[in-house]
Amino acid sequence: MSGITDLITAMEYGTAPEGDTHVRAWLAAHEGGFGHFINGAFTAPADTFDVLNPATGEVLTQVSQARAGDVDTAISAARAAQAEWAARSGYERAKVLYAIARHVQQHARFLAVLETLDNGKPIRESRDADIPLVARHFYHHAGWAQIRDDEFPDQVPHGVCAAVIPWNFPLLMLAWKVAPALAAGNAVVLKPAEDTPLSALALAQIAVECGLPAGVLNIVTGDGAVGEMLVKHDGVDKVAFTGSTEVGRAIRAATAGSGKHLTLELGGKSPFVVFADADLDAAVEGVVDAIWFNQGQVCCAGSRVLVAEAVADRFETLLRRRMDRLVTGNPMDKNVDMGAIVSPRQRDRIADLIAAGDVRAEDIVQGDAPEGCFYAPTIIRNVAPASLLWEQEIFGPVATLTTFRTPEDAVALANNTRYGLAASVWSENVNLALDIAAKIKAGVIWINGANMFDAAAAFGGYRESGFGREGGREGMAAYLRAPATDTAGDDTPLSPPSVFAGGPGAGAEIDRTAKFYIGGKQARADSGYVYDVTGPSGTVGLSGLGSRKDIRNAVEAAHKAGGWSRATGHNRAQVLYYLGENLSARQDEFAARLVSFGADPVVASAEVAETIQRCFWCAAQADKFDGAVKSTLSDVLTVATHEPVGVVGVVCPTERPLLGMMSMVLPLIAMGNAVVVVPSQTHPLAATDLYQVMDTSDVPAGVVNIVTGPRDELAHALTTHDGVDGLWYVGDAAGVEMVERDSTGNLKQVWARRASGIDWSTAQGRDYLTRATQVKTIWIPYGE
Amino acid sequence: MTTKAPTGTAPDAVTHPVPATRGDAEHARNPGMALDLAMFEGHPVNTAAAKRRCAQIGARRSVKKDRQAAWLLNAVRLIDLTTLSGDDTPDRVRRLCAKARAPLSDRVIAGLGIDPTYARVGAVCVYPTMVGPAVRALEGTGIPVASVATGFPAGLMPLPLRLKEIEYAVDEGAEEIDIVITREHVLRGNWSALYDEVAAMRAACGEAHLKAILATGELQTLRNVYAASMIAMQAGADFVKTSTGKEPVNATLPVSLTMVRAVRDYDMATGHRVGFKPAGGLKTAKDAIQWQVLMNEELGRPWLNPDLFRFGASSMLGDVERQLEHHVTGRYADGSRNAMA
Repeated sequence: MSGITDLITAMEYGTAPEGDTHVRAWLAAHEGGFGHFINGAFTAPADTFDVLNPATGEVLTQVSQARAGDVDTAISAARAAQAEWAARSGYERAKVLYAIARHVQQHARFLAVLETLDNGKPIRESRDADIPLVARHFYHHAGWAQIRDDEFPDQVPHGVCAAVIPWNFPLLMLAWKVAPALAAGNAVVLKPAEDTPLSALALAQIAVECGLPAGVLNIVTGDGAVGEMLVKHDGVDKVAFTGSTEVGRAIRAATAGSGKHLTLELGGKSPFVVFADADLDAAVEGVVDAIWFNQGQVCCAGSRVLVAEAVADRFETLLRRRMDRLVTGNPMDKNVDMGAIVSPRQRDRIADLIAAGDVRAEDIVQGDAPEGCFYAPTIIRNVAPASLLWEQEIFGPVATLTTFRTPEDAVALANNTRYGLAASVWSENVNLALDIAAKIKAGVIWINGANMFDAAAAFGGYRESGFGREGGREGMAAYLRAPATDTAGDDTPLSPPSVFAGGPGAGAEIDRTAKFYIGGKQARADSGYVYDVTGPSGTVGLSGLGSRKDIRNAVEAAHKAGGWSRATGHNRAQVLYYLGENLSARQDEFAARLVSFGADPVVASAEVAETIQRCFWCAAQADKFDGAVKSTLSDVLTVATHEPVGVVGVVCPTERPLLGMMSMVLPLIAMGNAVVVVPSQTHPLAATDLYQVMDTSDVPAGVVNIVTGPRDELAHALTTHDGVDGLWYVGDAAGVEMVERDSTGNLKQVWARRASGIDWSTAQGRDYLTRATQVKTIWIPYGE
Repeated sequence: MTTKAPTGTAPDAVTHPVPATRGDAEHARNPGMALDLAMFEGHPVNTAAAKRRCAQIGARRSVKKDRQAAWLLNAVRLIDLTTLSGDDTPDRVRRLCAKARAPLSDRVIAGLGIDPTYARVGAVCVYPTMVGPAVRALEGTGIPVASVATGFPAGLMPLPLRLKEIEYAVDEGAEEIDIVITREHVLRGNWSALYDEVAAMRAACGEAHLKAILATGELQTLRNVYAASMIAMQAGADFVKTSTGKEPVNATLPVSLTMVRAVRDYDMATGHRVGFKPAGGLKTAKDAIQWQVLMNEELGRPWLNPDLFRFGASSMLGDVERQLEHHVTGRYADGSRNAMA
C-alpha cells in the first residue's frame, strides 16, 4: 500500500471489472451448446456454430443453425398454441407478462452480463439501459394484455408472428417484438441475430420459469437464411423486422401478395441539429448519448451533427475535448464508455466506409481504442450532403459535422436524406425548437436530448426508415387487426381499357369532355388518347387514357399543395363539409351518372347519400383525430402527433365508383395528405364529375389530383414513383402483389387489398385515419 | 466602486501544507479582469440536460480497491473541515483543529503506509471570532484557517462593515476568506454592483485567498449560477463556492456542473485557473468520489488538488475515515471507534 501516494499523483480510475462467474457457469452447463427453443423446450444442439465474445474473440458457446424442418416445427408449435393463448382472459395473459417483467428484473445482472459478453456493449449500458428497458417493456405490455379488449374492441390478434431482430440491442429488440405480440394474443417465432443469440435463449428459460404456455414463444437461431425461411413461411400471419433497410426491402418484396401484415424498423441517418442559442455543453453531451452510445450501433443515432455556423468553432472545441475523455475498451469494465464493435466484419465495414468517404486527413479526429474489434470515437468535419458519409448509414461511433446558416437551411439539410427515423434539436428557444420539430420528417424528435426511450411512446420511422410503430398504443395496434371480411367485391382481373371501340352513345345530352384534374386544373391525357366508358346500354362517355407521365405531373402538383398539411383541422373540416354540401346539391345528377353505369336507381341514390355522409364523418374527424401525451419519463413532455403521410396514391375499386373512391380520398385529405387518384377504371366518370364540386368547395389546387386510365399500369407508375409516400390500392390479387413488391424503391407505406375484402358501406373508421397518418413522437424535457 | 480589475495581487498561491503532487498544479492566482457581460449574459444552461449528465457521472466512472483508497485519501486533503454554528466556542474549535491535524486514526495511517503529515485536511473553516483560536490550535501544521466573512450567511449588512469584517479576519490570521455575495444583485440582474462588491472584497483580502459563496440555493436557476460564477471570477475570486450550508438547498451536482463549466470557460478565455468548493450536504464517501469524478471529467487532474478544489464539509470526513478503515482492516468500521471532529 506504499504506492498510495503515487496513486494520488496519478488519480486514475483504474478498472472496475464486472464479474461473469455465474454467466460462465450457465454457459458451461450447456455443454455442446444450445438448440432451438420450440414448443416450450430446447431441442438438442445440431449444426452448431460458434458464438463469439467480440471484445476478446473467444468462443462463448455454440448455437444451432436452424434448418427448414426446425422452422416448420416452430411455426406449427406456434400455430397450435396460439388459439388457446388468445382465448385466455386479459388477466391471465397479463399475469404471465408481469411474471416475465419481474423475472427480467430479478435476473437483471445475469442478463446484463450475458448481453455484454455476447454483444460487446459496455456493461454500464446493458445494466442501466438495455435490461431496465426490457423489464419496462414487459411491464407496460402486461398492462396492454389486461386491457386489450377494453381498448381495442373488435380487434383480433394476427395469429403467428415472425420476428427477426438485430444484434445491436438483442434482448431489448426481442422485448419490443415479443411483449406486444404476446399481450395481443399472438404466438411468436423469433430469430435473434446470428452474432447475438444468447440473451434470447436466456429469455426462453425465463419464459419457462414464468409459465408461458409451450409454443407461444419459439426461438430459432441461425443466419439470415433462417430469417428468410421464417418470413416467407406460409404459416406466418405477421412479420416484424428490425434491421437494415436493405434486408427490409427484401422482406417487403418476399412477403408481397401474401397477405402478411408487415412492420419494418430500418436504418437511419438521423440529424442532430445544434442552434446558436443551444446550451452547447448539453448538446455535446447529447452527441455522447447519440453517437457514442452502443458504439454508434444505433438505428436512430444522431450521426449527422448540424451546427449553426455562429457557434461551430466553439462547439467543435467542446466536442473534441469531450471525446478525449471517452474511454474505449473492455466492455466488462464499468469505467468504459465504449466497448467492442459487435464483430470484426462490422468493424471492417465501418473502416471501409470511412476510407471510401474520401475525407481529408485533417478532417478526421479520433480518440483512442485498443487493438482488436474496437473502433475509436470519431468526428469527421466538413461533411457535405454530396459525401458518401452523409448518405450512408455508418453504424459506428462516427459523428459527421456540417454547418448551417439559418433555421431554413438546417431543416433542408436535416431532411436531405432517404431516411426519417429520428432527430435531435438543440435550442433554448421553445419557438424555434418546436418549429423545427414540426418540420423535420422523422418519427421521433428529441428536443434538447437524444436516444430517450420508453415503452409507452411510439418508436418508428418515416420514409425508408420503415413503417409501423413499436411501443405504446400504436405499437400494440400493430399486433392486432380487424377480423377478416369477405364481400361480393369483384377480384377478377381487369381487361385493358378499350380505345376507339365504337358503339352507340347516350345521345340526347350535350357532350361532356372528361379530362384529368391536376393541380386544380383540368388537363388532357399526355397520351392524347381517350377510352370508352360503358354502361349496360353501350358507351356512356369517354375518359382520358392516363399514362405514367400524367402520374408524374399529378405527383408534382400534389407536392405543391403542402399548405394543406399545415392547415388547421378546422380549415380542413370546413372544406370537407362544404364538399358534402355541394355534393348534396347535385345528388340527383351523381345518382343519374351511377345509374348510367348500370346501378339500380335506389342503390345509386344510396351510394351518393353515403358519400355525403362520408364527407361529414371525415370532416368531423379532421380536428379530432389528434395525438396524445404519453406517460413516459418524469419532467419530459412526450407528445405523439399525427402527421399526414404526404403524397398518397389512391387506386380505386371498379365497383362503387363514387363511394369506393371517396371512402379512401376523404380520410386521406381530412388528415392533410394530398392524393393522386386513379378512379374506377371502368366507371371513372363519377370521379371526373367531381371537379366542379371540388372547385366550388374550396379544395385547394393539388390536394386532389385525378388521372383516369388503366388501373394497374397507373398503380405501377405510382408505386415506383419515389415522390409518392404512400399507396392505397384496391384491386385484384396480382395487383396487390405488384404494388407491395414494387413499393420497395422508397419503401412507401402500402395498404393493398383485394376488392372482395372490403364492404364500402362500412368503410370508415379510425383505422382509415390511422393509415392516413404517421405518428411523430416529440420528446420535450423541461425544468429550470 | 469602479469596475477596473483589482490590483496588488500576489503571483503565488499561499503555500499549502500538502505538497502539490504535480509540478503544473501550482497556478498563478486569478488576477481578475474587467467586467465582461458577453461572457455570461444569455449563456444558456439546460437544466434537464445538466441533470442527465450528473446522473451519469457516478454511473460512468468508479474507483475500486487501492485506487478507491487513494481517491478517498485525496478527499481528506480537500476537506475544509468546518464548524459554523451559533454555539461554537474556542474549545469546540480547538477540538475541530485537533481532528484537522490528525483526520485519520493511527491504525488507518499505518494501514495506508503513509506519513502522518500527508493526511491533513485542506483548511479549517470557522466564523471570524473563532479564527484566533483556530490559528493558535493549528500553529506549525501549515493548515490554513479559512474564515467566513461579509455578514455570513445572508450578507445583508452595509458594504463597509463587510469589508471591515474581512480585514478583521485577515488580521486574526485567516489565510482564506469565504465571502457571501449579495443575492439581490443576481436576482435583479445588477451585474456591475455584484462585480464591484466582489472586487472590493478581493482587495480587502490582500494576500488571503477569496472564496465567493454564491448561495446557489437562493439563486435558483442554473443560468443565475453561471452568471454569478463568471462575475465572481472576473472580479478576482480564487474559488467559487456553492453554498453557505444555511440555504434550503446546498451543493447539488447540477449546480456544481454549472459552476465548473464556468470555471472551464473562464480558464479557456483568460488562461486563469479558479478553484471550486461545493459546500453543504456533502456527507458521504460516495459524495467525495462523485464530486472528484465530476472535477476530473469536466476540468481535469489539476482540479483534484487542494489549491483548486475543496469540500466544505464536516460529517463527510467521518464516513471517509470509516471507508478507509474498512479498506485497511477488511472489517466494517463504526464511528464510535474514531475520533469525532
